[in-house]
Amino acid sequence: MSGMKSAFSFDGIQIAFTSGQSIMQAVLDGGGYIPHLCYHPQLSVHGSCRLCMVKVGDRYLSACTTEAQNGMQVENQISELRELRLKLLEMLFAEGNHFCPSCELSGNCQLQALAYELGMTHSRFPLQYPTRKRDGSHATVFLDRDRCINCEICVRASRELDGKNVFSLSGRGSDTALQINSEDGRLGSTDLIATDSSARLCPVGALVFKQGNYAERPNERLYDTHIISETGNRRPAVVSGGYPELGE
Amino acid sequence: MAREEHKLRLATCSLAGCFGCHMSFLDIDEWLFELDKFFTFDRSPFTDIKTLENADVGLIEGGLCNQENIEVLLDFRKNCKLLVSVGACAINGGVPALRNGFPVEDCLLEVYQNGVGLQGTVIPSGKELPSLLPKVLPVHELVKVDYFLPGCPPPAEAFIELLCAIRDNRAPEIAYEHRRFD
Ligand code: SF4
Ligand code: SF4
Ligand code: FES
Repeated sequence: MSGMKSAFSFDGIQIAFTSGQSIMQAVLDGGGYIPHLCYHPQLSVHGSCRLCMVKVGDRYLSACTTEAQNGMQVENQISELRELRLKLLEMLFAEGNHFCPSCELSGNCQLQALAYELGMTHSRFPLQYPTRKRDGSHATVFLDRDRCINCEICVRASRELDGKNVFSLSGRGSDTALQINSEDGRLGSTDLIATDSSARLCPVGALVFKQGNYAERPNERLYDTHIISETGNRRPAVVSGGYPELGE
Repeated sequence: MAREEHKLRLATCSLAGCFGCHMSFLDIDEWLFELDKFFTFDRSPFTDIKTLENADVGLIEGGLCNQENIEVLLDFRKNCKLLVSVGACAINGGVPALRNGFPVEDCLLEVYQNGVGLQGTVIPSGKELPSLLPKVLPVHELVKVDYFLPGCPPPAEAFIELLCAIRDNRAPEIAYEHRRFD
């Protein structure tokens, strides 16, 4: 039906979309924002973090996996979703070891930025303090699984953008953990190089560069002063080994 | 010193913390004069008062790493109408909780016997030394906490907003730029 415009309502604003686009893609293309951690526009969809949950009618749907439809009424900025997202964030914090004061990504971290925006002060879930392995075997890239949120962005980036297969997620439920696909299971034995996308798309401080950290002073980092719903999910060049952003 | 009955009584303590939150509190600088109009200090490292009774507000810095921390915290909860977890350590254990991945015995051995430059020193023990807990815990694992002030440390502006909110009998609303996990 040529000439017919497709659009849906997003918090009362009309968002145009092309057929096949997800709610997430259409909203981001239209300059809007839906909280997300496992979605990246250059990668296939994973649909695991559930932060992008929106309300359509009386149903909760993840915006990154739901195709936009003409005339849909999508709600995003409502208090019940804020509370659900807050709980998801608190679970992510409780599940790992997030000692932000010593983390290289603090101030530039998308998990922290979402927590700031939603006004999280603490986790209401019992902190797990898991014991997870770190991996410092690679010359330039360090893996701190304590901060990994299993978003699978590095897994997909390695396969889809770098043409490699460095990472995978294994295990189920709370046992899910990031694995390195090498004989000894260590990052240093893979073909990962510093310029790979997979090394610089991690939304948190789980995959960081060994050099050039803490280059910015507190109050000067991206999310110290910028709200993530206004800047979008970004990993600035300063924490990406100095390589340009692979942004949205 | 006569008690100033019309003022809210503010107590503070540092459990497994570094006193950084107390230092940041003092960064309120001349706002101390404003504070003095509405609050008076009770038990606190600022006053050196060691006992506590019927305080209005208790600010807890640091998490729980030993038996004495538990005693002090229970005393604060019992004697404070409002209890506030102040800073990363009180809220999630913070830097001291980095030891949670290791057995306590291994930590003690590393610090007192096997570490670089140590030659079989004795691990201190005795009745007067509080025993370490197996894991460092956040304050709200043990007692009900009314408000949380994140930051390592929370900026002075966050302390001011907290105290204004308590004075005005409302919940604190920390401005975006003063919300900090570091
Ligand atoms: S990854 Fe983000 S949330 Fe986790 S410790 Fe680092 S800055 Fe904090
Ligand atoms: S290392 Fe980073 S990108 Fe990879 S799964 Fe963990 S959080 Fe996601
Ligand atoms: S962004 Fe949609 S589920 Fe993670």
